[in-house]
Parts: sequence; structure tokens; C-alpha cells
Amino acid sequence: MKEILSGNEAIARGAYEAGVKVACAYPGTPSTEILENTIRYQEIDSSWATNEKVALEVGIGASFVGARSLVTMKHVGVNVAADPLFTLSYTGVNGGLVLVCADDPELHSSQNEQDSRNYAKSAKIPMLEPSDSQECLEFTKLAFELSEKYDTPVMLRTTTRISHSKSVVELGERVADLPAPKVAKNPAKFVMLPGNARARHYIVEDRTDQLSKDGCSMPINRVEMRDTKMGVITAGISYQHVREALPEACVLKLGMVHPLPFELIRDFASKVEKLYVVEELDPVIEEQVKAAGIQVIGKEIISICGELTPGRVRKAFGLPGNEQSAVEKLPGRPPNMCPGCPHRGIFYTLNRLKAYVSGDIGCYTLGFMPPLSAMDTCICMGASIGMATGAVKVLPEEERKKVVAVIGDSTFLHTGINGLMDMVYNKGAATVIILDNRITAMTGRQENPGSGHTLMNDPANAVDFVMLCKAIGVKHVRTINPLDLKECKQVISEEMERPETSVIITDKPCVLIKREGVFKPGKTLAVDCEKCIGCKVCLKIGCPAIEWVPASGGKGKAHIDPLLCNGCDVCRQLCNFSAIQEAK
Amino acid sequence: MSDKITNILLVGVGGQGILLAAEILSETFMLAGFDVKKSEIHGMSQRGGSVVSHVRYGKQVFSPMVPEGEGDILFGFELMESYRYLSLLRPGGTVVVNDLCIAPPAVLNGQEKYPEGLAAKITQRFPDSLLVDGQKLAVEAGNARAANTVLLGAVSKRLDIEEKYWLQAIEKMVPKKALDVNFKAFALGRSLA
Repeated sequence: MKEILSGNEAIARGAYEAGVKVACAYPGTPSTEILENTIRYQEIDSSWATNEKVALEVGIGASFVGARSLVTMKHVGVNVAADPLFTLSYTGVNGGLVLVCADDPELHSSQNEQDSRNYAKSAKIPMLEPSDSQECLEFTKLAFELSEKYDTPVMLRTTTRISHSKSVVELGERVADLPAPKVAKNPAKFVMLPGNARARHYIVEDRTDQLSKDGCSMPINRVEMRDTKMGVITAGISYQHVREALPEACVLKLGMVHPLPFELIRDFASKVEKLYVVEELDPVIEEQVKAAGIQVIGKEIISICGELTPGRVRKAFGLPGNEQSAVEKLPGRPPNMCPGCPHRGIFYTLNRLKAYVSGDIGCYTLGFMPPLSAMDTCICMGASIGMATGAVKVLPEEERKKVVAVIGDSTFLHTGINGLMDMVYNKGAATVIILDNRITAMTGRQENPGSGHTLMNDPANAVDFVMLCKAIGVKHVRTINPLDLKECKQVISEEMERPETSVIITDKPCVLIKREGVFKPGKTLAVDCEKCIGCKVCLKIGCPAIEWVPASGGKGKAHIDPLLCNGCDVCRQLCNFSAIQEAK
Repeated sequence: MSDKITNILLVGVGGQGILLAAEILSETFMLAGFDVKKSEIHGMSQRGGSVVSHVRYGKQVFSPMVPEGEGDILFGFELMESYRYLSLLRPGGTVVVNDLCIAPPAVLNGQEKYPEGLAAKITQRFPDSLLVDGQKLAVEAGNARAANTVLLGAVSKRLDIEEKYWLQAIEKMVPKKALDVNFKAFALGRSLA
């Protein structure tokens, strides 16, 4: 049967066909939809973990007792999971274990552009890289076979244009005859103390050598001979762009990007007049080919920054493109917090209080955008709290008070909680605001340990943030309604003055939560044109439902779009002229 | 089947239903026996940002991204976003655009103006342009929310694909209770010159 699937959907299908029993992940664009699709298959236990490290550990646990397990994350998630990953390379597996990491060249929705292939190389783990959805399915299945055959975890690397592109896929059946999981005691293999690990390291190096040799005859490493004037080594999405831009070139398409099949590369190099590597981001293949003494051109012509496109590949090879002239500069259209978003009032208040806002990763990172303009740092998941501690350590007293960390519920549970323990333990005196909107919103509303539901939509324990913070030792924990500006201003300013750690927890849900009864919209608001004097105060919260309507001659008025307004009431509280009221 | 690849770009504002429209296009082309690829960026698209989706079909499609300046059809859900991405089209390409303006943040707060005369500017650069009042025709079909299907009908007229494949794809992708309205909306769009 044929279906059009995204790369992520095809990976989920591949995991199903490979007989996977456990799938675990922390959501992160562009990887999120893999687990949102494994839930279609009853045979797979799919779950959101609190973070990527835990997700990998869940996968390792299932693998060690004999089940095939899939773990997925975005590229920066691998940084969090790197600790178990490097040692997992030494132990190898029992049931096959595949880690999918989704890179994001061009930073469509990420904080950096790191290249996960470096992880495969430094952790000495084989890595496959599919170039379309059919290969996503096939390579996922193959990855499990290789994992068990070579006793190693296998990484499957996608990029945004693989994960989020759709193409036609031929589906297969689920394998039936896998051994049932059972306890397997093998301390020399699974207990990584120095004496055991020392011995395992030799096994890892031999395994890599063997894979490099065997890779020369793997069908996924494929030579396509055409005009021998030019040969290109490429992989993943870059292969598609090369075929588009250089249809006559010979191609060595690598399905396994680590370890490299050096003998195959040497043979290919000998058959073409000029050899190139076309790869996005880092010169991972190029440097290894050069180190093997093979002459090749790569980053001399291909940018190390950004993603490739057919046009960019053409340009790199000096071929004429079809670029057309761009139109004049237009007003931009950046993403924005939704109408009624519970974050808006908090960031408006932080702006008014001139706080130094140590930010974090989530929808609320949009608090950086004007007119709210109330986020001063953003590094990684969970960083806001530790960074606030650091800033407070060194700032003069008057500035110290201004330090406020903001962090979402899911991000707090991901890695923020460690920062808070540290802040209390080391007597840090900053204010921490946990923006609890009961969902992992930015990646598309995933459940988390604070939301009260699992990925499978079963009811679950919901973390009590107040009790948690108190248990850590925070003496001052207050809950506020983020849609009440007066309360926000009073509580936040009081806590900023306090020379101790304090936590403020907001208690309104995301407006996009679909579960019945969680988000309740208020009454739609409207502007009374008689009363509106055109002062523009209501525009300072940047709500997409409020529009400035210029008037010829006059001053202009605000207008509220009744189709967009969620009745959060924040704008009404700002208006000094009672011009904003419930719509009639 | 010829080797020709047809390149379609769908552009508009996050939340307008662009991704679903792109799905229906892709499904149609697959049903008609073509290789299809589709590419877009998720993540920020629900937050009102600018959205571009690429759909390509033909005998064998390599890159999922339409090569720069080689779009055959620009399928626009909003005027300014359609104008913004005109450079993705080849000279002589076709534009089917919804007659709708959605103000971006800087226009909402009065700092910038929404550009005027965009429909005329689009037609000037691409004479083969069709401005569609999607909302009005959707109301005529029975539901204002079927505007995208009206546009889809208008686009379908400009592609050499049998009507039955379009209808099959709509049937597969649209909820059953909304099917009648969507078939009507599609027919209204397809009847536009």
C-alpha cells in the first residue's frame, strides 16, 4: 500500500514495522511528530519523558532486557542525552536501540545550528541519514537490524527538510518473530565500571572498523555513475538538491554517514575527474575524506551556515540560477503570542517594572518581541534559573533586584528544577516565575508531567508546583492570575524586592488546549468609539486581536476583532477611559 | 509521462489552513499517478507567522523544495504574503490569490501601513493572475470556513489533472459532515475563468 508520509510519520511506521516495543521522547521541532505517530500503533508503548536524557535512559532500559526501542529528539536534545549516549556506545545493546536526532539547518525553530553527525563520530556510533520518506521508513528498519548485528546503538539523523517533507511511501508489515524481553544479566557488558569499560573500548574501536569495511558493500551506500567529469559525495537532503542542480554528475550517495566506507570512497574518487563533497553544515565527511589523503572540494564552495537548496547548490558550482528579483521591503510577519495568551500580561508587567529577564525556551520566548520586549537572555532548556543565580552573584545591589527568571511548566520540569535547587541551596536571591500553562505549547501542545495526562491521553499524576518548590526549600511561593495586571504588578514587584529566592507560579492554561473545560474563553470585548481617545495604550500588549485604525484628519481609534478576541480582559484593564467593554 | 515537474507554492499566514490545502494537493497528485513531494516548516506556523509550503509533482521529483524562481503556480491565501513571495515564481507563472488582507503586528499597532494596490501590482508582474473572493464564494457554498476549498477549485482549473482525483482527495481529507459544502465550494472555485 502507498501513502504520502512525512519523514517523521515514515520513521514511526518504520519503528512499527521493525517490531519496536518502546518509543520515548521529549518533544522538539522538527522531531515531535514521530512519537505523535507511534501512538497509532497499539503494539508500541509511547511516552513523553521529562527530558531527552530520561527518554534515552528509558530506551536503554528496555533495550537491555531485550526489546527494540526508539528514542527521538531534536539536535539540541542530544546535548542533554549525551551523557548516557557516550557510555551506551560502550555497552552496546540487547534489543536494538535507535536514536533519532532531528537537526535544524537554517534554524527554522532552534537556538543553534549544530550538526549531530559530530556526535556520531565522537561517541563512535553508526549513523544513517535518509534522503526522503521512503528511506526514513527503510533506514529505520535497517537501523534496528544493524543495532543488533553490530551490538551498538544506531543514530538516525534527519534534518527539518526530511522530517517535515512528505513523499510517497510503500508500506510493509510488522516483523513477528522477535524474542520476548527478559532479564539478561551480563555485568561485564552492562556495568560500566573502569575495569569493564576499558575492555569494552577495544570492542567499540573494532566495531567501527568493521562497519567502515562492511559499509563498502551496503546497498545504502550507492554509486551512481553518469558523466565522469564530476563526482559528488553527498547524503540526506543534500542528495536531492544535488540531483536537482547537477543532474549529470556522478554521485556517491551515503546512507551511512558514520563510519565512512573509505575503500568505496577511494574507488569512487579514482573513477571521476574532480571530486566534491556537498553537505549541509559542518565539513564532517569532507574532513575525513581529506584526512584519508583523498583530494576533494567542499566548504571552499558550499556554505557552512544555513540549509542548502537547489539554487544554492547551483550557485556554489557557478551555474546560472533562475533567481528572480525580490519585491520591495514589506512589513514583516513574525510569529506572535495568541490572543488571550496568559503570558502576555506577565511580560507587559516585566517590561513596566524594567526587570532584567533571564529567559528560557517556549512560546514565552516571544516575550522578546516588541512591543513586550521583556526578555534579555535565551540559551537553552532550563537555563533561565541558573543564569539568574549567576547574575545575582555579581551585580550591585540595586541591579540585583531586577533579575527575574521566567520558565514554562514543561521547561521547568525538563531541567529548570535543578537550577532552582541550586539557587535555594546556594542562597541565590532572584525571582523565578513559572509560567504554568499546563502544556508543552510551542511544539504543538504536548502533555507533560504537570499537565495531568500522558501521550496516550491517559489521566496521570499532575506535579504540584507549589509543593514541589516548597519541598526544594523555597520559602516564598505565590500563585497569581497572569490575566490580572494589578495582581501581577503587585506580586512581582514585591518579590523582586525580596533578598531571597522566591517563586511565582501563574495559573492560567494555554488558549490552544483542546481538552474540554481546561481553557475557558472570557466574554468578547469591543472598543467604544465614543470613549476611545486614541491613546494607543492597549496596543502596548501586542495582541493580534487589537488593530489600530487610522482616521483621516482625526487621531484614529483602536478596534478589536471579535473573531480573534478570547476575552482575556488584559486590554480592558489598561484602558484609562473605559473604552473597552464587553461586546454587545 | 513527460519529465516535466510542476512546482506549486502555497503562501499565507499561520492558522489559515495552508498545510491542509497542501495535503489535499499532494494527495490529488498521488492519486493521479505522479511522484509527489511537499515541504514546509512547522513549529512557528500556528503563531500567525508567514508560511510557505512547496508542492512538486511529476514523473520523478528530487528536491522537496521548489528551486528558486521556478514556481509555476503561486497559490496565495493572503495578499501581502502572496506579493512577498512573487520572486519564487518563474516569469510567466500563474497566481491564484485570495482577496484577503491580514494585518501583521507592525500594522496592527499603527507603526507601519499595510501596502496598497497589491492585487494590481501582482497582475502587473504576472498577467496570468486570478483574484478570488474566497470568503464570499464560501458563504455562497454554505460555510465561510470553506474559503480554502474555493481557492483549491480555482487552482485545479489551472492544472491538467482529472476532476475525479481532486474530489477523491477532498473526500479523504475533509471530515464527512463538511463534505457537501466543500464539494460545492470546490465547484464554485473551479468554475472561475
